[in-house]
Amino acid sequence: MFESISNRLRGAFSFLGGKLTEANIRDGMQQVRKALLEADVNYEVVNSFVTTVTEQAVGEAVLKSVRPSEQIIGIVNDELINLMGPVDHSFHFQKDGLTILMMCGLQGSGKTTTCGKLARMLKDQGKKPMLVAADLQRPAAVDQLKVIGDQISVPVHAEEPGKSTPLAVCQNGIKEAKRRGDINVIILDTAGRLHVDDELMQELEQIDNKCQPHQVYLVCDAMTGQDAVNSAKAFNDAMELDGVILTKLDGDTRGGAALSVKYVTGVPIKFIGMGEQLDKLEPFHPDRMAGRILGMGDIVSLVEKAQMHLDEKEMADAQAKMAAGKFTLKDFQKSMKQIRKLGPMGEVMKMIPGMGGMVDAMQGFGDPDKDMSHIDGIINSMTPWERDHPDKIDRSRRNRIARGSGSAPNEITNLLKQFEAMSGMMAKMSNMGFLERMRAVQEISKGGMAIPGLDTPTQKMRSARGPADPIAAREALKKKRKAERDNKKKNRRR
Amino acid sequence: MAFFEKLKAGLAKTKQLLQTDIRDLLKAGEILDEPKLTEFEKRLLRTDMGVAAADAIMDELRAKHLGRTVVLDDIWQTVKDKLKSLLRGDGNSNWDSENPLSPLKLSSTKPSVILVAGVNGAGKTTSIAKLAKLLISTGNSVVLAAGDTFRAAAVEQLTLWSQRLGCDIVTKPSGTDPASVAFVGCEQALSTGKDVVIVDTAGRLQTSQNLMQELTKIHRVIGKKIPGAPHESLLVLDATTGQNGLSQARNFSDATQCTGLILAKLDGTAKGGVAVAIRQQMGIPVKYVGVGEGIDDLQVFSPDNFVDALFA
Repeated sequence: MFESISNRLRGAFSFLGGKLTEANIRDGMQQVRKALLEADVNYEVVNSFVTTVTEQAVGEAVLKSVRPSEQIIGIVNDELINLMGPVDHSFHFQKDGLTILMMCGLQGSGKTTTCGKLARMLKDQGKKPMLVAADLQRPAAVDQLKVIGDQISVPVHAEEPGKSTPLAVCQNGIKEAKRRGDINVIILDTAGRLHVDDELMQELEQIDNKCQPHQVYLVCDAMTGQDAVNSAKAFNDAMELDGVILTKLDGDTRGGAALSVKYVTGVPIKFIGMGEQLDKLEPFHPDRMAGRILGMGDIVSLVEKAQMHLDEKEMADAQAKMAAGKFTLKDFQKSMKQIRKLGPMGEVMKMIPGMGGMVDAMQGFGDPDKDMSHIDGIINSMTPWERDHPDKIDRSRRNRIARGSGSAPNEITNLLKQFEAMSGMMAKMSNMGFLERMRAVQEISKGGMAIPGLDTPTQKMRSARGPADPIAAREALKKKRKAERDNKKKNRRR
Repeated sequence: MAFFEKLKAGLAKTKQLLQTDIRDLLKAGEILDEPKLTEFEKRLLRTDMGVAAADAIMDELRAKHLGRTVVLDDIWQTVKDKLKSLLRGDGNSNWDSENPLSPLKLSSTKPSVILVAGVNGAGKTTSIAKLAKLLISTGNSVVLAAGDTFRAAAVEQLTLWSQRLGCDIVTKPSGTDPASVAFVGCEQALSTGKDVVIVDTAGRLQTSQNLMQELTKIHRVIGKKIPGAPHESLLVLDATTGQNGLSQARNFSDATQCTGLILAKLDGTAKGGVAVAIRQQMGIPVKYVGVGEGIDDLQVFSPDNFVDALFA
């Protein structure tokens, strides 16, 4: 659905033959603007952002750079990072005694779940957190927090919803924590409220005044659209926020709200929620977020994820086998299993720079995850001996495997062919460095998509005669013409 | 009808935003040129309707008004007409403010099944309670199936609502396959002769394939128990959602063949303009709007009122 902004920019500039003028830059910026709007960045923010970047781009040496579109993307990216940073992932605990954290936000932004995630994170850091269920509004919200508290073994202070007020619950919670003595962080879970509801906003201010929380966090749904600025501003005006926690970023939202909220309130984004499980709270990184908003991939997160989930020994084994040319179907199956641990293929591919666009292009080609299960099934239908000797699979074996895995015989043939081609390539690739390998992968992905014979070169091939640099060529042409003109003038005078 | 007032109140802020600036901007008698149109585009984009829908309206405005003298009322009319026609679509939807059940296609044989899905925190459970209230107050008997067996205390939340409403509820312990809850819900409605089953589901992000497949399974299992069911498959959409709403509508529709939207939380400053884009690109109509936290704050959607309240 979303065309990656970098692709768009390349498209916008490529037919200009690399020649950049101020007008062209503005044209390209229109693409940036559209992409940002589609990423749900607030309209005002988009406009002022585009203005700043245009000024920078026009002023800078972009005009003379070799790959102007790349450089403009660079400027856009840097500016995004600039706007969303700097980050501060610390909680600023009180030296001694109780640190009070308060959570607020709209209904359904994920406050209660985030409270649980925060408590878990603090517990892992060696703190002694306690949760206070001050959401008396939503039915069973108190129960929800109790269940979460049980799951992570953190005490929860709760009162009967009908017989108390949110303020009283918070005050009693703090008293209780002080009485217990073994608690050093307390997290207040307030009810979700609309920022236009004066009564409830006052209630929140009251809690803020009476309980004096050391840190107030706004929990914000990353899928929020243009309205994100209104609510963030209202909450910030009411209470002076110390940080924002962006939730539901595990979906496919571009998360433009992150930019809007930071821009309007100036409050740093601290953490992001990446899933429903209570360990899915991650520190916020503006560079990764910028890549996400621009659709440019997030190789750092991918590598981190890989380090977390992949079995290093197995990967090293596979690699050694590849290098030796002894990579069998069995190893292939193992590696596939490893890669699938990283999540759905579409998500993984989006994280690789330059592959984001591929995912959309592949929509019509079926689901890569399904294909992988299918291949898994085919390999499972082979005998161990066949997995080690794929070249020994003859027609009768092939038909048996097809029957066993519920696929057509030609699918087996295709798989074997692909595997053969791949293992040859892998042997080659395993001798390359990391960057070279990345490039090779991107080459393959490009090659795979192109229709043979209809290959459109990204950059026009230059003849051997002319210089490769278009600007130098233009300058040379200018000089030549000027010399001709001067000559003519001289001749006339004579 | 209270609908109009409530919606109007909810959208009041939008209206001010839309009107004041444009009134200042476009003085009657001037020529409408591109820069002035861009300002107009800004107001449209601010409603979250997205670039595509805004472009459709802008094209219409260009064709009809560009280069001519500004007659403000005419421009309003063009915008409204275009928006209304976008929202009405091909006219296969029915919104009758006098009959709160008019948007629903209920089965002639008991029971009808309504499947409700949506992302986390969109307002599914609350919307289900409101919908159940609407059905009960029009003389239908309702069974709720608490299919959110994942989130802590979600079943308790729906149980509390069922007690307040005085309707039946089917629950199973946390962690049970939600499809089995839906199945038992249908079974119970069949055996006790209830009119409508409303199946709640756990909130899920549209990108998690396994959970979307689980939703497809629920849909399938319901269809097995009661042929032709679910008769309505509603997606609850948070009005504050931006362009991600499109992705939500697309993926949920793939999984459960959505027949309509419930636009929740329309009482804030958000306008839910993405509903226009969803209608335009996927043809899924808005059926109800949630305009408050009270149990009665679910109203039949009306394109006319929605648009009029926006530009009144």
